[in-house]
Amino acid sequence: MKRFTLALLVLVVVAGASLLVGVGHLSWSALVSPTPDERAVQVLVVSRIPRLLAVLLVGTSLGVAGLIMQMLARNRFVEPATAGTAESASLGMLAATALAPQLPVLAKMGIAALFALAGTALFLLILQRIPLRSVLVVPLVGIVLGGIIDSVTTFFAHRMELLQSVNAWTTGDFSTVLRGRYELLWVTLGLTCLAYVAADRFTVAGMGESFTTNLGLRYRRIVVLGLVIVSMVTAMVVVTVGMIPFLGLIVPNVVSLVMGDNARRSIPWVALGGAGFVLVCDLLGRVVRFPYEIPGATLAGILGSLLFLHLLLRRNARVG
Amino acid sequence: MIEAKNVTKRYGQTVVVDDVTLQLPVGGITSIIGPNGAGKSTLLSMMSRVLPMSSGTVRVDGLDVTTTPGDVLARRLAILRQDNPLTARLTVRELVTFGRYPHSKGRPTVKDREHVEQAIRHMGLDALAERFLDELSGGQRQRAFVAMVLCQDTDYVLLDEPLNGLDLKHAVSMMKHLRHAADALQKSVVVVLHDINFASCYSNHLIAMRDGKVAFQGRPADIMRPEVLRAVYELDISIQRIDGDFIATHYR
Repeated sequence: MKRFTLALLVLVVVAGASLLVGVGHLSWSALVSPTPDERAVQVLVVSRIPRLLAVLLVGTSLGVAGLIMQMLARNRFVEPATAGTAESASLGMLAATALAPQLPVLAKMGIAALFALAGTALFLLILQRIPLRSVLVVPLVGIVLGGIIDSVTTFFAHRMELLQSVNAWTTGDFSTVLRGRYELLWVTLGLTCLAYVAADRFTVAGMGESFTTNLGLRYRRIVVLGLVIVSMVTAMVVVTVGMIPFLGLIVPNVVSLVMGDNARRSIPWVALGGAGFVLVCDLLGRVVRFPYEIPGATLAGILGSLLFLHLLLRRNARVG
Repeated sequence: MIEAKNVTKRYGQTVVVDDVTLQLPVGGITSIIGPNGAGKSTLLSMMSRVLPMSSGTVRVDGLDVTTTPGDVLARRLAILRQDNPLTARLTVRELVTFGRYPHSKGRPTVKDREHVEQAIRHMGLDALAERFLDELSGGQRQRAFVAMVLCQDTDYVLLDEPLNGLDLKHAVSMMKHLRHAADALQKSVVVVLHDINFASCYSNHLIAMRDGKVAFQGRPADIMRPEVLRAVYELDISIQRIDGDFIATHYR
C-alpha cells in the first residue's frame, strides 16, 4: 500500500510536469499570478489537460484490458493488439464510416466495439480448436488473425480513399486531443472499475474452466464479461486516439513478475503502470525532436518491443 | 450420496464411459482403480459436473448436477482434476483462500481465514505459504491444490490422482490427511488412484473400472484377490496379507 502511494505520487508529479511541455509556451508563474495570462489558461484547459487525461485514461484501460485478455486466453503473450481485437475495431470503424457516415461518434464506437467483440471471440474459438504445443502459438495465431482482418480493412480503405483515417486509428497519437474530442474515454474509467470489481472472477477464470466450475462460478459468463470490457476499451481507444502497441502486453507481465496474478492486487498496479508507460512515451515523443512530435504509439512500439523481447527471453528460460 | 445413472461419455465413435450406474457410499474413502483408459478420470469429472455427459444423470444428495446452480454444488462437492495450471503466479495462501470462494464470495471472514490457515498447516505448507505456485516443485504444488480443495469444506471431496508427483513421505501423509478428513470431519472422499496398495490400505470401498464400465466393486478384501485383479489389469498379481492389509505384489 505504501509503495503504491509512492508510485502514485511519482505519477502525479510527472503528470503535472507534462502539462508544461509543449510548443505553446506555458509556465506556472503565468498561470498562478493574480492576473493569469488568458492565453496560457486557454492552452492549459483546451489542450494540455485534455491531452494528459486522455493519456492517463488510455494507459490505465489498455493495461487492464491486456491483463484480462491474458487471463481469458490463459497466455501471457496476448493483448488486444495481438488477438485481432484492435484490427477488428478498425474494420468496424471503417464499416461505420463507409456505410453510415452520418452516425454520431458514439454509435460508430458501438459498431467498432461489436466488431472487436466478434474478432476477439473468433480468436478464442480458434484457440479452442488448435493443439497448443507452445505458449508462443497463441500470440502467433492472434497476429495472423489480426493480419488477415487488417488486410481486409486496408483493401476497402484503399478503394474508398480512407487509408489516412485507418492510419489514425491504428497509430496512437495524442497530439490531436483537444477539449471536446476525448471525453468518450471517460467510459473506459468505468470499465476499468468494473474490471476491478470482478477481479476475483478473472483470477479464477485464469486458472481454467474446471477450476472455475468447481468454485461455483460460470466460466462462460466471466469470459463474456471480459470480452465486453476488452472490446469496448479497445474500440474507444481506437476511435479517440488510436491503438498503443505492446502496452497491454508488457505492463501486466512486469506486474505479474513482481506481484503475481491475483487480479485483486495487480489491477491497481497495472492501471498505474499503464498510465505511467503511456505518459512517458507521450512525453518523450514531445521532446525528442522539439518542436516537432513523434506519435506516442511509435515510441511505445520501440520501448515496448525491446521490453517484450527481454521478457520473452526471460520467461522462456524459466518455463522451458 | 452421489448417484450416477446410465452415465455415458462418447467422443465421436469412441465410448469412454459406457452406461455406468453407480451409488457411492456416504462417508469414508472410495477409491477408483483400473488400467489406463478405463474411464476413471472421465467418470469422476462427470460426477463433479466439470465435464458434460453424453447421456445419463448424476445426483449429489438428490441434486441433479447439470441443473443445480453451480454455487450450490460448490458448497457440497469439491473436485481437483489433474490438469492444474503450472505457471499461475498466485501464492499458496492466495490459492487456498480461493477454496473459500463458494462461502465468502471473495470477502473472506475471520472464520474463512481460520479454515485457510488450518488447511495450509495440515498439508505441511506453512513455510511455503507466501511462495508463488510457479516457484514450487510438482509435489508441493499438488499439496497446495489439495489444501485448496479441503479448504472448500464440502461434504464430498473428489480428487483425481492426488498422489501424482508426490514422494513416498508426502504420499503417505496425503493419504493420512484424507483418512483424517473422512474419519474426523465426516467427509466422503472419492479418489482415483494408480497405486492399488495405497487404495487397498486406506479405502473403505474400491471401484475397479475397465473399458468404461465398473468391473467390480466392494471392500478391499473383496477386490484385492488375484482373480479379480487379473480380470481388471490382465496381469498376474499375488496378494499378501501384511499386518492386516492386503498388499499386491506385481513387480515381477
